[in-house]
Amino acid sequence: MTARRVTDSGRPLAFSFDGRPYEGREGDTIASALLANGVRVVGRSFKYHRPRGIYGAWTEEPNAIVDVTFDGTTTPNLRATTELLKAGMDVRSVNAKPTADADRLGLLDRLSPFLPAGFYYKTFLWPDWHRFEPRIRAMAGLGRLDPSNEPPAENPMVNARCDVLVVGAGRSGLAASAEAAGAGKSVILVDDQFAPGGSMLYREVDGDARVEQAVADIARLGGRVLSRTTAYGIYDHNLVCCWERRGAQPDRQWRVRPGQIVLATGAIERPLIFADNDRPGVMSADAALFYLRRHGVLVGNRIVLAANNSRAIPIADTLREAGAHVTVADLRDGGTVDAVHGAKAVEAVTVSGKRLDADTLLMSGGYTPTVHLFCQAKGKLRYDEGIAAFVPGNPVEGVSVIGSAAGDFDDYAISPVWPKAGAKTRQWIDFQNDVTLKDVELAARENFRSVEHLKRYTTLGMATDQGKTSNMNGLAAMAAITGRTIEQTGTTTYRPPFTPVPFTVVAGRRRGELFNPVRRLALEAEHRAAGAVFREYGGWLRPAWYGKGDAADEVRREARQARDTVAIFDGSPLGKIEVFGPQAGEIVDYNSYNTISTLKPGRIRYGFMLTESGVIYDDGVTTKLADDHYVVSCSSGHVAGVVARLEEWRQDRFDPSQVFVHNLTPHWATLTACGPRAKRLVDALSLGVDLDDAALPHMGAGTGTFAGCPARIARVSFTGDRSYEVSVPAATAPALWAAMNEAGRVLDAVLMGSEALLMLRAEKGYIIAGKDTDGTTMPQDLGLSGPRDKRQGEYVGKRSLFTDNAQRQDRQQFVGLAVSDGGPALPTGAHALGSDGGQRRSAGFVTSSYDSPALGRPIALALVQRGLSRMDEEIELVHLGSVRRATITDPCAFDHDGSRLNA
Amino acid sequence: MQLFSCPFCGPRDETEFLFAAEAGKTRPEPAADVSAERWSEYLYLGGNPRGATREIWQHLTCGEFFAMERDTVTHVVSVSHSLRGEEA
Repeated sequence: MTARRVTDSGRPLAFSFDGRPYEGREGDTIASALLANGVRVVGRSFKYHRPRGIYGAWTEEPNAIVDVTFDGTTTPNLRATTELLKAGMDVRSVNAKPTADADRLGLLDRLSPFLPAGFYYKTFLWPDWHRFEPRIRAMAGLGRLDPSNEPPAENPMVNARCDVLVVGAGRSGLAASAEAAGAGKSVILVDDQFAPGGSMLYREVDGDARVEQAVADIARLGGRVLSRTTAYGIYDHNLVCCWERRGAQPDRQWRVRPGQIVLATGAIERPLIFADNDRPGVMSADAALFYLRRHGVLVGNRIVLAANNSRAIPIADTLREAGAHVTVADLRDGGTVDAVHGAKAVEAVTVSGKRLDADTLLMSGGYTPTVHLFCQAKGKLRYDEGIAAFVPGNPVEGVSVIGSAAGDFDDYAISPVWPKAGAKTRQWIDFQNDVTLKDVELAARENFRSVEHLKRYTTLGMATDQGKTSNMNGLAAMAAITGRTIEQTGTTTYRPPFTPVPFTVVAGRRRGELFNPVRRLALEAEHRAAGAVFREYGGWLRPAWYGKGDAADEVRREARQARDTVAIFDGSPLGKIEVFGPQAGEIVDYNSYNTISTLKPGRIRYGFMLTESGVIYDDGVTTKLADDHYVVSCSSGHVAGVVARLEEWRQDRFDPSQVFVHNLTPHWATLTACGPRAKRLVDALSLGVDLDDAALPHMGAGTGTFAGCPARIARVSFTGDRSYEVSVPAATAPALWAAMNEAGRVLDAVLMGSEALLMLRAEKGYIIAGKDTDGTTMPQDLGLSGPRDKRQGEYVGKRSLFTDNAQRQDRQQFVGLAVSDGGPALPTGAHALGSDGGQRRSAGFVTSSYDSPALGRPIALALVQRGLSRMDEEIELVHLGSVRRATITDPCAFDHDGSRLNA
Repeated sequence: MQLFSCPFCGPRDETEFLFAAEAGKTRPEPAADVSAERWSEYLYLGGNPRGATREIWQHLTCGEFFAMERDTVTHVVSVSHSLRGEEA
């Protein structure tokens, strides 16, 4: 047994690692529990499958990456050093089969001469990389994802403001928080560890007590202290995102907008670079002190401590007091680490030419200030020769860096020992991504000398630890190899997140149903009770059809009956945008391709709305209720867009005091009765509106009352049959629904969903903007060029209708298609076949296609080049290799003279 | 996440705002007198300057369009003000 627990307190917790049972203590991390059990090999390296042990004590850990199964859920790629041990945890090493200790791919290490940095750019090229890729991909990667594990979307997000946000609750952070809170400022102090205190907890006498006092003082002054909360990113305008872990409760994301950010993020100890410095048992000296003081775990019995600085050397005495035999190799006096003996554990160490029996080699190459967040905030660094590290350079507005994060160490003296060129042995710089000094030399030789190129070519610093222990040594090595200074060599760019953050925390509740929430009908419950099957249409959850039978059969039943008797359809999502004021007529005219304001009050007009590019944005009807009151009824999916464009012109082009736009779509529910018996059904509702065709003709509107509420009635038809749209305040919708169903009973009425409606409108050749038109379709492509040719004055998109492109002869135009090969309905999306100098090319495509119950034959709508001048021409259509034939027709295939509108 | 300032509602996250146009952009009219080049410039070209710029944005939450001066390099928002009663 190499490591052991020297102070034993806390409840025992049983867990397993790589299938073997172990016992830890309450308060342990997975790492401290493994160390206490003498487990040396905890993982395999990414590329060479070298056995690896625990190096560090917190987020800097490069080696101890594990998959943890707890409570039936497997979470991959967790750092053993930052995970609290729980009873019953099943911990597995990653990148190792079957176990970290006996990994079958361990022999890869012997092939290392053939696998230098970037080997995959040079090998596997013949005959084709893709032949090798699947096997290499299978070997690459770390933990195993459990595809059945889809965590619930229950991670809250908290937006917070404060005067001062302090990151890091070590000595400096606690002091800064207390000072700010004492000055009356609102303070939030976040710290990622299990308890505030930072290195005070293991480096200072009575640290615990003084931390407790400091935290109590801050709380008394009104400050807020969040433990286990990682500030992982600083974004634009100093938004700080934090990840709070809350034990049994779901993790939480904090988005903090502080007036001032104080970074007291401390420093991370970096390794020394020597041969086989990656062996299990070679550890950070600081981590050894941490494990002893925080967890009562002594990491070894016979320890060699190699260090180049005054902060690490005294750790030897503490370890001796705990019972270890410690030999110090002080590199400040010219000492060297020449060799590490043993593969799966340190057996001996050769120091300055002398072989010493040892089970543990602690190293300290100095301390690197944790400047990640400062750099994310666009801070620039400066190399400080005195502490041999980069420290914050230029000031960043709203951000200050204090304590060891600013390079401010007490009594710190260092004689830097940087990697040297000409390595004969394998010396690890990046443990997790298996980058050695030789790899850095190779990169330099191949002219990848900028640190950003070095990073991408060798993958140095690209692992899940983002180079917390390796970047400094890597760039120092590149500096040495290329004869530049460290300052000239520079650092790579620091980007969020500081440490891996679960996607569940970033996504918060914006997942599943709440990712893009559907809009719901006032009558959803009534539709469900009537057997509706719901689908999403333009963001609204609407009945697609009713009934449990085969979908196609139910849709055909509804469509057929709608033509025979009367259908009841929920059209509530149809736009109901009210436009008021003296300039109301002008703005609806400007919005529309067709002039609207010339209508008589109480009349309705159909028209297009164009984009400024002349393309059909939407179609719909506009009702003129009075000279200063219009209702724009655009299609359901375009309501928000139409409101936005009206509002923009209202403020930009019109006098906002003379016109007002108000979206009342969700406030009104609309039920449509359509079909030959529609009038009888609406008559039974007693709305107090004269339904005589002379008083309320097709495209007429009236206002009545229903159940004591206003009811609007509009004769607009999307099916080609006589139709009445009845709109009432949404709260009154259930009463209207009941009344219409009651009235419909004797009329053999049918409930109709969206699918049947889409079929009926296609029989009539009525378009759905965006389905039967695309981003190039202009009104004249539908044969509607009247306003373009005659209308005076400005309207949106006007100039674009006269460009060379708009006047091309070969534009795709909107037509109907009649199947002429005796086959079934054409596939939607099938391409009309054209030719261009003998080459086959698309001359348009099918936009809608149905098997029409009313006509007893397939119908289709299409955009076809020059289609309007090719009536009755037979064309070929291709779809997925098969060829079909169809004849170009008028889009309207049913009731061509429109007599059913008044039948 | 940038912080923009609506002259009516105060500082809010940038996701509440919609870019409308660079300030000073006007719609060429009447259509019959507008050359294809001028129309194309109106439709498709922006100055997209590096550095200081003055733009029209809409705060979607309250619906108001306003002018905002900001720096496209440093992302510093210097000023935003209402457009009521003046030309953009």
